[in-house]
Amino acid sequence: MYDVVIIGGGVIGCAVARFLSAYEGRVCLVEREEDVCCGTSKANSGLIHAGFDAPAGSLMAHYNVRGSQMMPELAKELDIPFRRNGALVLCFEEAGRKTLDRLYENGQKNAVEGLEILTPEQVYALEPNVEQGVLAALYAPTAGIVCPFLMTIAFAENAAVNGVEFRLGTQVNGVTPLPGGGWTVQTRSGVLKTRSVVNAAGLYADLFHNMVSAKKLHITPRRGDYCLLDHTAKSLVERTIFQVPGKQGKGILVTPTIHENILLGPTAVAIDDREGTNTTAAGLEELLAKAGSTVRNIPTRQVITSFAGLRASEDGREFVIGEVEDAPGFYDCAGIESPGLSSAPAIGESLSADIARRLGLALKTDWVRQRKGILDPKKLSREERNELIRKQPAYGQVICRCEGVSEGEILDAIHRPLGARNFDAVKRRVRTGMGRCQAGFCSPRVIEILARELGVGMEEITKTGGNSRFIVGTAKDRYQGGIADEAD
Amino acid sequence: MKQIDIVIIGGGPAGLAAAIAAHDAGVERILVLERDRELGGILNQCIHNGFGLQTFQEELTGPEYAQRYVDMVRERGIPCMLNTMVLDISPEKVVTAMNRKEGIFDVQAKAVVLAMGCRERSRGALNTPGFRPAGVYSAGTAQRLVNMEGYLPGRQVVILGSGDIGLIMARRMTLEGAKVQCVAEIMPYSGGLKRNIVQCLEDFGIPLLLSHTVVEIHGRERVTGVTIAEVDDSLHPVPGTEVFYPCDTLLLSVGLLPENELSRDLGVEISNVTGGPAVNEALETSVPGVFAAGNVLHVHDLVDYVSQEAAEAGRSAAAYVKQGTQGHRQEIPVSLSGGVRYTVPARIRPEAVQKELVIRFRVGSVMKNRFVSVYLDEERVIHRKRPVMAPGEMEQVRLKAEMLAGHPGLKRIAVCIEEA
Amino acid sequence: MEKRHLTCIRCPMGCQIEVTLDGGEVLSVQGNSCPRGELYARKEVTAPTRTVTSTVRVTGSTDASRTVSCKTAEDVPKEKVLDVVRELAGVTVSAPVRIGDVIVANAAGTGVNVVATKTVS
Repeated sequence: MYDVVIIGGGVIGCAVARFLSAYEGRVCLVEREEDVCCGTSKANSGLIHAGFDAPAGSLMAHYNVRGSQMMPELAKELDIPFRRNGALVLCFEEAGRKTLDRLYENGQKNAVEGLEILTPEQVYALEPNVEQGVLAALYAPTAGIVCPFLMTIAFAENAAVNGVEFRLGTQVNGVTPLPGGGWTVQTRSGVLKTRSVVNAAGLYADLFHNMVSAKKLHITPRRGDYCLLDHTAKSLVERTIFQVPGKQGKGILVTPTIHENILLGPTAVAIDDREGTNTTAAGLEELLAKAGSTVRNIPTRQVITSFAGLRASEDGREFVIGEVEDAPGFYDCAGIESPGLSSAPAIGESLSADIARRLGLALKTDWVRQRKGILDPKKLSREERNELIRKQPAYGQVICRCEGVSEGEILDAIHRPLGARNFDAVKRRVRTGMGRCQAGFCSPRVIEILARELGVGMEEITKTGGNSRFIVGTAKDRYQGGIADEAD
Repeated sequence: MKQIDIVIIGGGPAGLAAAIAAHDAGVERILVLERDRELGGILNQCIHNGFGLQTFQEELTGPEYAQRYVDMVRERGIPCMLNTMVLDISPEKVVTAMNRKEGIFDVQAKAVVLAMGCRERSRGALNTPGFRPAGVYSAGTAQRLVNMEGYLPGRQVVILGSGDIGLIMARRMTLEGAKVQCVAEIMPYSGGLKRNIVQCLEDFGIPLLLSHTVVEIHGRERVTGVTIAEVDDSLHPVPGTEVFYPCDTLLLSVGLLPENELSRDLGVEISNVTGGPAVNEALETSVPGVFAAGNVLHVHDLVDYVSQEAAEAGRSAAAYVKQGTQGHRQEIPVSLSGGVRYTVPARIRPEAVQKELVIRFRVGSVMKNRFVSVYLDEERVIHRKRPVMAPGEMEQVRLKAEMLAGHPGLKRIAVCIEEA
Repeated sequence: MEKRHLTCIRCPMGCQIEVTLDGGEVLSVQGNSCPRGELYARKEVTAPTRTVTSTVRVTGSTDASRTVSCKTAEDVPKEKVLDVVRELAGVTVSAPVRIGDVIVANAAGTGVNVVATKTVS
């Protein structure tokens, strides 16, 4: 019998797991994919919002502002990159001034620190590439950027080290109450019994909620297309640049990423398909046009990739967090759209405390709150780096030339807790293939290293689990029998 | 710090030819730094034939061509470090590199030859909509997997782009047992050599769809198909012409980009057209003593020309080591007209040209029955008929030193395409 | 009389060649820039041939090479190309291999050897 089963290994599930791991008790996180951070958490803007936008008094506002406050300390504990680069909301039309003032006041109510309304001169002094014609802007110096992969993975690794059991590649098919209290969680590979359940299933959170509650939720996937620009474009903007928001959310933003790329996006299109992470021609066109109306001289030739993410938008447009009224011991983390990433630390902190109180779980005396990230040799002095290479020559072998990733880092990504099992899992941890050549050069090498380290054939290595194999056979195998000729 | 006369960045065909020529010009202390595990660069995966007709008067495969140059380098005892990544080149020509054995180390060079080659344009650069499944490869990545590792990256293939690597891979994949459905090319003409269309596509009945492109990639885990549509004159897809092609693999052969990150960091001026350094007649970049040759300078179709160009860069680097900078001479920018996209060199110091200067260039569109002309001031010194020119095929003219000598105080050098 | 239009594949120039035939007999070849082109055109309209390049597996290499590249030492009849490749399907050689080493003699009965194009130690 588990004390807690968490459904979903996105940033929310992993944050809850990490903070729960501070308490005694048996905790298990179940994730459909082969790695954590495979859904909404892997395809978003990577922002820690300041918190001026969410309606005062809402859960979104509460958790966002608290999450943002927690980030500096948390980033140190978890050894993840985080930077408060500041954000600007630009107003280009007279009508927008009111919205700007309302955002400012809303931000004051939410206790966001340091908000200022800037004059055009101040805006252009800060960001010379902003499009001409700005009338005013809201400046939020506490807004920040983070790597959503590393944040989620760090939560997960830290939880795993502190005893949380991770069942990856395990899809949950159903949740049913146990007579006399508690729950059974039916998975593809067996049934788990637990005293409580945390529903952090992202785009599927309404399905699980609706299995146990009469008060139904409804989540709409809202797709956002993004374009990512090469490092060569990094001087375009230093802060995250928004325009005065519309009904569809915060609109198209232009922001640096924590890894010094420039990110444009997202669009906002409500769709039916919870797996519909395909970009569209119309979406990419729209976002390039809108980004271009915010910031001048965007070097679109420097686009190195585009992708789409889905926000799990609940009909109430508000987070649904906490124990479900008519399902004792079943905790929702549903409708986690923006500012979900920003709120994750606070949701994890607060929900884990609620659950621990309810289940009577005591704080551990030996909780390891620190997590050491994957060693980045580029951050060492030359002497330290050479000492490292002397001891571990793999750190002297560059595999991904665009991002300068060594074999040593890839080995670390594979062999650490919750180690990478596929190409994208390595990529999210150490950035192989994230650069301008988009894995053209390094993919054969990374596949080879994965195969060698995992002790399987190259044919077994996938891009992102399931049937996403890179290699389907060997040269001329068709002539040696076994492969049927395809009917033309 | 190790002192070296000429450090050559890259041990592919350009780097090797530069090393040999520099050595033969009398420079002893040369070092070749190669990031891969063997010399020869991309030739090692180009196992098809067609290399070396110019250089060796026989038709060789890529590995054979590479081996000839490797042998010449070995005969001369030129040191080469493999598995060694260059991290930085300083304006003072301190080259910082790293490998497993020596960690990070510095080499002080008197001259540097950039020979890092190029990379393939990726799907991301095309912004092709759809999912991001496994099975989308750049043609060169697939080439490496098939030819060097012996693996098959897919069984049912669509190729986007008719660059030479894509055409060559159409044949390779077919021979190795895959079914290549078609090659789609967004332009109204092929980006590759005519002979590759004949022997790689026509021989196997593979259709080449000109003015077509992939408008969507399907499949969540592995590619399940692509949608191909016709494009109009402005290269936009024409609604209603979409056709779904089931496949498990999409190969991209949509252009090559010189790899100039090191050059940029060093402050070398880069041409917007070629993506490579803007060089003078000595193939010297805007940083004195730093030379460039091969695909890092501009993308070539033929390795033979890479070898010729790189040998020139090697000789120039040797001359620089012996004589120091010639930078005080006046450089005349080459002016272009009539559809010439760029020239290499982009600048010429007339008095520095010895015997003759090869000017290489590409045109911007397919042209028939035109003349390639070179003007020195107002005099037309070259006027050569070309029945067909295409963007996919590099052109060259040879400017003789005596032509230049006949124009003291020369102000203008122009390369033009003229109507018949 | 029949006219056939070919693109020469003997070198990268890709000359457009016009061959005039009369019942299988070549009357004239025009458009080629060199004798190799004429030779190509005459063969292409009567008995077309191709060089085949491929790879075979190699074992025991000191640098962990998995394949060694190879080619037919001369052209083979075009219709035999796939047969030659098929014959290479089951072939594995042991290192060391030197450029020019015979991998398969008389491939697919063409009388042409398949030879290594790479040295693998």
